[in-house]
Amino acid sequence: MCTVCGCAEGEVKIEGGGHSHSADHDHTHENHDHHYGKGPAHAHAPGLSQARMVQIETDILVKNNEYAQTNRAAFADQNVLALNLVSSPGSGKTTLLTQTIEAMKVDTNIAVIEGDQQTANDADRIRETGVPAIQVNTGKGCHLDGHMVGHAMEHLNLKDGVLFIENVGNLVCPAAFDLGEAHKVVILSVTEGEDKPIKYPDMFHASDVMLLTKIDLLPYLDFDAEKCMEYARRVNPKIKILQVSAKSGAGMDDWCAWVKASQMMNEIGQGA
Amino acid sequence: MHEMSICEGIVSVIEEQAIAQSFSKVKMVRLEIGPMAGVETEALKFSFDVVTKNGIADGARLEIVELPIDAWCMVCAQQVAVKQRYDACPKCESYQVQITGGDELRIKEMEVD
Repeated sequence: MCTVCGCAEGEVKIEGGGHSHSADHDHTHENHDHHYGKGPAHAHAPGLSQARMVQIETDILVKNNEYAQTNRAAFADQNVLALNLVSSPGSGKTTLLTQTIEAMKVDTNIAVIEGDQQTANDADRIRETGVPAIQVNTGKGCHLDGHMVGHAMEHLNLKDGVLFIENVGNLVCPAAFDLGEAHKVVILSVTEGEDKPIKYPDMFHASDVMLLTKIDLLPYLDFDAEKCMEYARRVNPKIKILQVSAKSGAGMDDWCAWVKASQMMNEIGQGA
Repeated sequence: MHEMSICEGIVSVIEEQAIAQSFSKVKMVRLEIGPMAGVETEALKFSFDVVTKNGIADGARLEIVELPIDAWCMVCAQQVAVKQRYDACPKCESYQVQITGGDELRIKEMEVD
């Protein structure tokens, strides 16, 4: 287990029908002792070295990327637009999500995967809107991975709609883990520092869209929104930026329109 | 940080390769990591020792080759050198700089028995 933030597999729980699921399975670590003596002579004689160099040239995240590709194929198959929402804790992801659902659920199929280290509080909040949600507890883990999302999808039966994946509140680790989503959407609230995009550049670089949230609070804060957007574009010149407030409703129409447009592009196989 | 998960990824590649390429002991693992990979090499070294304990890579040496950042300035239309993702082009000071390499995170090779 990581002493820095505790990232590791093994304590993951996925909600659903009383079934708790360990993402650890057995397939990565069961082989520890099985391959001694599988040298060319099928025996490893002490003192007789068979040392050699083997070229691997393998991406370390290859396992996660395979799961992500499987998810991506499943999303395409079921005509699902998957959005991976990332932010620091407390940016208001869940509130933004419940307001987005309220605005869109009339004519859009929606499902949500909620990632948190502990509790099903967020999934409960989403379910109050009448939309199916699955909570994934990562235990000590600091990010969702492709494997967890694939299993969570099995419980959701979503077709022809939008899947919101609310990642663990963390602006660092989720940047590296592809879940098979069409877009990462990074959420930054104006109660945070305007220099977050350059403090945590990897996340803003990995995202296609930035939502600047809680803008109803701007009159009370020293937050320089222009500066913040300039920082975000420095890190990622192509990032789309929308300013919203889930509380006042400002900008929510534009955000919902973007989601619908992306879903349409996804449907015709032209992922925006 | 997620270095522990990354080390678990390394171990799982090692275990697959051990079967595919018939070896039973790993003496050295050489990684190639770009500055944009979001990996702290000191945390990675620490995690590697912990995760490899009692497996076939127990005690293996971890060598890390740090790769350079490749960037392309869209204004100058040429390859430029930057230190970080948000650096301006050192020639024209525009931020229209696209990072084209430097996020590598891969196992290059291993010395095995």
